[in-house]
Amino acid sequence: MGDYKDVWVYVEHKEGAFTPMSYELFGIGRKLAGDLGSNLCALVIAENTDEIAKEAGYYGASKVYAVDGAPFKTFRPDAYAKAACAVMDKYKPDIVLYRSTSQGADLSAACAPQLETGIGSDAIGLEIDGDKAMRMTRAAFGGSYLVTVVNTKVKPQMATVRPKVFAMAERDTSKQAEVVKEPVAVAEDDLRTKIVQFMKSEVAVNLVEADIIVSGGRGVGKPEGFGVLKELAAALGGALGASRAAVDSGWIAQEHQVGQTGKTVKPKIYIACGISGAIQHLAGMRTSDCIVAINKDAEAPIFKIASYGIVGDYNQVVPKLIEEFKKRLTR
Amino acid sequence: MKIVVCIKQVPDTEAEVKWDLQKGTLKRDDMDSITNPFDEFALEEALLTKEKYDAEIVALSMGPQKATDVLRNALALGVDEVHHVSDPALAGSDTLATSYVLAKAIEKIGNVDVVLCGKQATDGNTGVVGSEIASRLGYSQLSFVGKILEIDGAGKKIKVERGIEGGVEVVEAKLPAVVSVLKGINEPRLPNLMGIRKAAKVPIPAWDTNEIGAAKERVGVEGAAVKVIELTTPPPRSGGEMLKGELDEVSNLLVEKLLGLKVIK
Repeated sequence: MGDYKDVWVYVEHKEGAFTPMSYELFGIGRKLAGDLGSNLCALVIAENTDEIAKEAGYYGASKVYAVDGAPFKTFRPDAYAKAACAVMDKYKPDIVLYRSTSQGADLSAACAPQLETGIGSDAIGLEIDGDKAMRMTRAAFGGSYLVTVVNTKVKPQMATVRPKVFAMAERDTSKQAEVVKEPVAVAEDDLRTKIVQFMKSEVAVNLVEADIIVSGGRGVGKPEGFGVLKELAAALGGALGASRAAVDSGWIAQEHQVGQTGKTVKPKIYIACGISGAIQHLAGMRTSDCIVAINKDAEAPIFKIASYGIVGDYNQVVPKLIEEFKKRLTR
Repeated sequence: MKIVVCIKQVPDTEAEVKWDLQKGTLKRDDMDSITNPFDEFALEEALLTKEKYDAEIVALSMGPQKATDVLRNALALGVDEVHHVSDPALAGSDTLATSYVLAKAIEKIGNVDVVLCGKQATDGNTGVVGSEIASRLGYSQLSFVGKILEIDGAGKKIKVERGIEGGVEVVEAKLPAVVSVLKGINEPRLPNLMGIRKAAKVPIPAWDTNEIGAAKERVGVEGAAVKVIELTTPPPRSGGEMLKGELDEVSNLLVEKLLGLKVIK
């Protein structure tokens, strides 16, 4: 399999709009490429790839494989997979990384069977071993086990990578990538899906990408209780989370749920209010940098993993925190 | 309309996990098991779809002998037919091999309009098998579905809402389609006593790899591209500092500590 070379990162965007997070895997991608003595390359598929490709150069890609065309305006797995598979088939990457997001999961899953290769899903650790294979470490069973997998059988080796696990690459506008434009013809009639509409969520901050999360559980006691948590989240520029107990009680929408059957998050600060700390909830947030627990029950298991704990009623503590933060933060 | 719903038996999320460390596979027979919680939503969605559009539901599961438990539960809930794919050769299948096996079984079932799956399984947490099945069969790939708006069996079309980052996307797609549903799309019902009694009597024969036309070298450990080489438990996270004192005191202290992290701007 000597023909396969380089580390590729698939660059996500939303109808051409990108954020620094679109390039977050360039940091780990550069590290892997360095360890292999190969190059970091980007894969960009869009209606017009020029700006996205230029930015990929700033973040350290030496080469960008770009597929342009009207069918690629909005992400669709069928259209994007056709383009991605055609380019991968031709240029034979050794490794391809995707973010573990709806787009990354959809595209990798659509491509893997076409290329007859495997996926290391939602990786939280990536390393090159002595045989130049990529070791992919992932959490299984609600984070109670770490499983390391390798694909020494088929190239490319593909992984989806959990957001916010690896450090961002530096952006340097003096850097430039060589752009290889690869035409891939996709006829609209051959595609199976059509995007009819996108309705923007009222939830202002994306839970998975948030640096600060204020979260509530069974101890919040009532739907109205989330009002004050929301206020604290807003004061801190953070997102609102919830435990399964709160969601199942109907106090808050499921899109806020953190845990084994909800979202996995890794914020810099996670403030758990009235959350006891069931193992299923910890699975979704235990790797947060700083965990604050506020709970009436001094015996709650959440205190065992909290960086800071306060035994008390969130109803009294949280309004005090809001008042104090507002005093000290000038916005 | 024919619906296939893929269900997986997973270790009880409360149970102790038992590994065969040599093979890097699970000792599924030695663990308490349940229907994958995400698949309960797929199953309920199939039942709701049948009530609305008059469909035939076929439940499909791949796994060891005792996976028939989840199929029996599906029968008790009212699915019309169940198929169990079971073969010692399947142990150690990764998503590549699993999607191959399930795609082969779906082809054998035949004339399928909609395949329903849960978003992911709580044991492996890969969340890609449904989409890989779609890719293999050339079906429409509809993941993260939070609502099925319309299924037009005659016109071979489906319209769904997908819950993705930043909002909800409305997608129209051709049938057949693989629809992976999110938790919360519905409220799964429980089987009633009559259903359970009826289901208990139904024989559930297994299909082996030959019967679904799957090549032995493409399944199980042999067919998997991704192999487990190491299992560890994550380092325990130790507790930190309990802040003690009057309300004002502890609140101030916490605010100072958090501002000190220089994360809040």
